[in-house]
This record gives sequence, C-alpha cells and structure tokens, in this order.
Amino acid sequence: MTSISDRSRTLRGRAAVVGFAELPPSKQPGDRKPLDLISEVSAQAIADAGLRPQQIDGIVVCPAMMQYSMLWPSIVAEHIGLAPTYLEFVDLGGATSCAMIARAAAAVAEGRCETVLCVNGDTWDPKGMYLKPPPLVSPLRDFTLPYGAAGANGDYAMAARLHMDRYGTTSRQLAKIAADQRTSAQRNPIALFHGQPLTIDDVLASPVICDPLHKYEIVLPCSGAEAVVVTSEDRVKDLPHPPAWVLGFGEALEPDPFQRPDFLVTPTVESARRAFAMAGASPKDVTLAEIYDCYTSAVLIELEDAGFCAKGEGGPFVEAHDLTFAGDFPLNTHGGMLSFGQPGLGGGMTLVVEGVRQVMGRAGDRQVRRNDLAFVHGNGGTFTEECSLLLGRDR
Amino acid sequence: MSTPAFPRPLPRVEGDAAPFWKAVAAHRIELPRCTACGTLIFYPRTFCTRCHSREVRWEEISGAGRVYTFSVVHRATHPWFMDKTPYVYAIVELEAGVRLPTMLVGCATEDVSVGMPVEPVFERASDDVVLLHFRPRSA
Ligand SMILES: [Zn+2]
Repeated sequence: MTSISDRSRTLRGRAAVVGFAELPPSKQPGDRKPLDLISEVSAQAIADAGLRPQQIDGIVVCPAMMQYSMLWPSIVAEHIGLAPTYLEFVDLGGATSCAMIARAAAAVAEGRCETVLCVNGDTWDPKGMYLKPPPLVSPLRDFTLPYGAAGANGDYAMAARLHMDRYGTTSRQLAKIAADQRTSAQRNPIALFHGQPLTIDDVLASPVICDPLHKYEIVLPCSGAEAVVVTSEDRVKDLPHPPAWVLGFGEALEPDPFQRPDFLVTPTVESARRAFAMAGASPKDVTLAEIYDCYTSAVLIELEDAGFCAKGEGGPFVEAHDLTFAGDFPLNTHGGMLSFGQPGLGGGMTLVVEGVRQVMGRAGDRQVRRNDLAFVHGNGGTFTEECSLLLGRDR
Repeated sequence: MSTPAFPRPLPRVEGDAAPFWKAVAAHRIELPRCTACGTLIFYPRTFCTRCHSREVRWEEISGAGRVYTFSVVHRATHPWFMDKTPYVYAIVELEAGVRLPTMLVGCATEDVSVGMPVEPVFERASDDVVLLHFRPRSA
C-alpha cells in the first residue's frame, strides 16, 4: 500500500502554468457584468499562452458574487466558446484560486484533459451586496452575526489581539507588512494604491476599524478578473513563455475556528505540509511568497503556520526581513491584495497570477532577484479553508 | 438618507438550535452532550460531530468563563450595528469547555482584556429572541 504522500509525489511537476492575464482592478462596479470580464481576461490568457481557444479542453471557474448562478462552469464555457472535457467549480472562499490550480494540475496529470483555463472575474458593488446578497446558509452565522461580527473584520482582529496578548506582537510589526507591500505596489501601475506610498506611521495613523486593526491593514474589495492557463508537461515545450511548474499543492479545512484547540494554529499547517511534501521541498527553499492578505494578521499567522518561522515569531520575522520585491523575503510583490485590491469573492487569483509572473521572470521592474520557488497561499473563512501551492521555475 | 431600514440580525429559533435559544430565553445555557463520547457540542446539533452518534442529551452548563480574545469594533459592517459602535465582539471560553462568539457589555471598551472573568447577561433582542451576552465578573 502506498501512502498519501507517496501518491501525491506522482503529481509533482506534471503540469505547468504557461500563460496568464489580469485586468486592472477597479473600485467602481462599472457597466460590465462578471461574464464580460471573464470572457475578456480568458481570451487574453489563452493568447498569452500561445494557444487557440480550440486547444482548451478544461475549465475551472469560481462563483461570481454579482452574477451568482447555478450551472456556472457550463455557462462560462458556453459563453466564451469552449467545448471542454473537464469542467470544475471551486467555492472555497479565499482558498479558491490556489485550489483551482491544484484541481487543474491534477486533472491534467490524470489525463482528463490537456490544457485548462482557470478564470476568476467579478464586479464589486457594496449596495448590491447588501440589497441582494448571494444565498449563504451557515448555521454558525446564527451565533456570530447577532453579536456584531462585522463581516470577517472582527474575527481577524480577534486573531491579532490574541497574538499580541500571547506573543507580544505589536501594531508596528503588523503595519510593516502593509507598508512593505505598498512599496512593491509602487512598481505596479494597475494596483489601486499605485502612486500612494504608505509608511508604518501612516498605517498606524489610519482609523482603527476593528481594534487592533487599522484601515490600511484591511483589504479593499474591488472589480477585476484574472485567468491562468495550465497545461501538461508534454505541451509545455511548444509554448512561447517559460513555464511555472506546479510542484506541489495541499489543502485543508478545519471547521468552526472558535472550537479548534488553538484559534491561532490554523489548517495552513496541514495544507503547507502537504504542498511541501509533494514538492520535496521545505520553507527554506522558497524564494518568494504570495500569501493571502485579507488582513495583516492573516499574513502573520500564515507565515508561521506555513513554517517560515515558529509560532509566535511572526512579528520579529516581518520586522527582521525586507518584504518588498527587492528584499530578502519578497512577499506579495505586486502590492498584495492590501495594495492591489481584492477582486472576485476574495478568491486570491491575483496572488496566483503574481506568483506565476515572478516565476516566469515576467514581473518587469518589480522582478525578484531569485525566482526559483514561489509559495502561493489562499485562506478562506476565518482560517478555515486553506490551500497552498508551490510554483517552480525548474521542474 | 434614503438607506433602507435593516432589521437587527437575529438567530433563527428553529431546528437543532431551537432548544438552545429557548433555554437562553429562560435565562439558562443548555447545550447537547454526546452520551457515547461525552463531547459537548457547539454550535448545537442533535448528533455528535466527533463520533456521529445520534444520542445526545441537553444539559445545563455554567455561564462562568473568561475572555479568550476580543475586538473593539469601531466601524460595523452590518447596517443595524453602525450606530452601536464602539462595541466589543468577543470569544468567551466557558469553564464547561466551549468557546462562544458573543458581545461583551457592562464595561468600558478600554477595560476589556484577554483572560478577564465574565458571566452571562441575557439580553432581550425581540419578542421571541434573547441573546447571550457577557459582562465582567469579579473572579
Ligand atoms: Zn460522540
């Protein structure tokens, strides 16, 4: 009998990302529907990969809040003129996009299809969200919303508070994450906060939204779309761009964050462990990280649980490292969602795209010096759904 | 302002959780405990989430607990709470061994701390629903 890790190793490097596209994010809902953004960005990504639409035989999609619909995979495929042999719908909150790539890579390795389009696109209209939110049936919410749960803000603020109380983490340390990411965003012309540098003191001077989190430690939802193309090891060599090899992935869910033994120890421990095991790598091999930054506190805890530092040492870790694209631990190098914007149900595809861009060596004047191995991570719910992804320049 | 009125978010007193909310309305805290493996189940279900036994017995538990963590909310997201800020959203760990999301009342927001002993406050929120808030207790 073979173990899960033995079997997962057979998925290592069987597929690669070979093309991507990203539309500029926007704070305005605009006149266009999610399907319009999805069709535009899909065409760009397929062209970027040097492929024709007829060569796409797999599609992985995720929910669009502002055009929420059943039968979404086939609706998207039909709309953009694809006839796939593999269709998948992923709905894991912030873990969605990493999980989309994982499923695409596994489907390719299984021989279910050759080339997969993974696409996310959504518009953002706060009014629409309140007046006509998509259905969400969660019995746990009956025990949080009546107490003023404040969306996800309250939970991530409580994680920050507990981390500070237990480990002595400071607001300055958390603010440094946002400030360093903002420095990188100055090299990203389409980032929502391009042209608006931000210091640690600026973060600390911004209004406290949910104590201890300030305004600039909290992500800004927006309209936008991203797509990537994943293909088989056999097809990679014929294509125009250097590939970003999918070397490892892992996913984990732990329900009800309040009842887990320790609120600050999350399923990222397991998702990252699985991704590193598949890749045959360890955190010290990683040369850049694109990890889910809905809040500064999320980044801190993901860094710890993924194994980049010990539990409780996230504060000193971010203080000791230059986290900008030019630094010794490049983190969220296009600004992260905190400075770029958070398009599309918070799925985090923009982090996947930036990881791919860097590993391919196509990040222009924010290219990191060492792009050997990117750790990309998605976090959904309150540290409940986690998916980790390792993208390598070499197989 | 032409903002439509948003009703206060309230739990549905139905299904598996109904006995919990009915007990709270009578100023008691009751939760199901698995008779097979002893797990205290929160949020309430009529089966055990650990061993999947369907034999559970509702029991009254003490409301004594401590603040596990908290956040002072200065900007609410749900419209009903927008003019209620600042307020304290918290997780309370009961001595019985479960952690409950809750609102902390009865003290200044700057006096709240992790580990602070608390006791229940039963807050009538509507004709049908009483919510389980907490306030500081002298240890
Ligand atoms: Zn049981």
